[in-house]
Amino acid sequence: MTLPLRTLVTVPPQASRGQIIWIRALAQHPMENGFRHNENGQRISRNLLTDFVCQYNGVEVFRAKLHTGVAANPLIEFTTVATESGELVFEWRDGQGQSAWAQARMEVV
Amino acid sequence: MMLQRRDCLGWLASLGLAAHCPAFADAEQAQTAIRALTGDAQIQSGRVLLDIPPLIENGNTVVMTVQIESPMTAHDYVHSVHVLAEGNPLPHILSAYFTPRSGRAHIVSRIRLAENQRIWAIAQMSNGSYWRTFADTLVTTSACTEER
Repeated sequence: MTLPLRTLVTVPPQASRGQIIWIRALAQHPMENGFRHNENGQRISRNLLTDFVCQYNGVEVFRAKLHTGVAANPLIEFTTVATESGELVFEWRDGQGQSAWAQARMEVV
Repeated sequence: MMLQRRDCLGWLASLGLAAHCPAFADAEQAQTAIRALTGDAQIQSGRVLLDIPPLIENGNTVVMTVQIESPMTAHDYVHSVHVLAEGNPLPHILSAYFTPRSGRAHIVSRIRLAENQRIWAIAQMSNGSYWRTFADTLVTTSACTEER
């Protein structure tokens, strides 16, 4: 099932071959850690994005596991080497096995 | 006199307030979690840079940078890095898994911190060796536990 998440990824539209590029991936999510209470004193149940994966033309280049210590609207910035023109696909997965996707195209010259 | 968390919790308990507080991890629990990741392997100090502001006004979003020294070639790269907290309700914060195609072992993220504490970053290299560093922080407004 697809999560109705707002996601934002920043990938340079163009890079030279072999260049190390920065990628920023942001998802709008409360990252509810299960330790907080609402105004009625009831515990708010845990709801976390647990996994983040980046694939570059179908090959996994970066992965992260997120736990309760990650802030709401998780931001992940990482690097990869621009090897060839193509698609970068980003996936966020939550604790219930649902996913949200984003993708970006990069031209390598 | 330094005010210890234990004392505060004791006073809160006597006031019947402690039921609201989740149990925090402590240094020992964080070390147990690190051992669960590394097994019996030796963990060396160095090669890892963990950048967290030493004084944090709001523990709900703290910018954290982790960088590991490595040539990042096909045969010598950083496999993963794990960030753990000594004073959050649960020690695990995040783990990042790199590949030689990462180019650099460097990540930026935003984390939550519940109180004054030490944060650990443990990196595993492609040859199986472990390296670590820590950062100490003072947190003014706690994350995790505040009421909505």
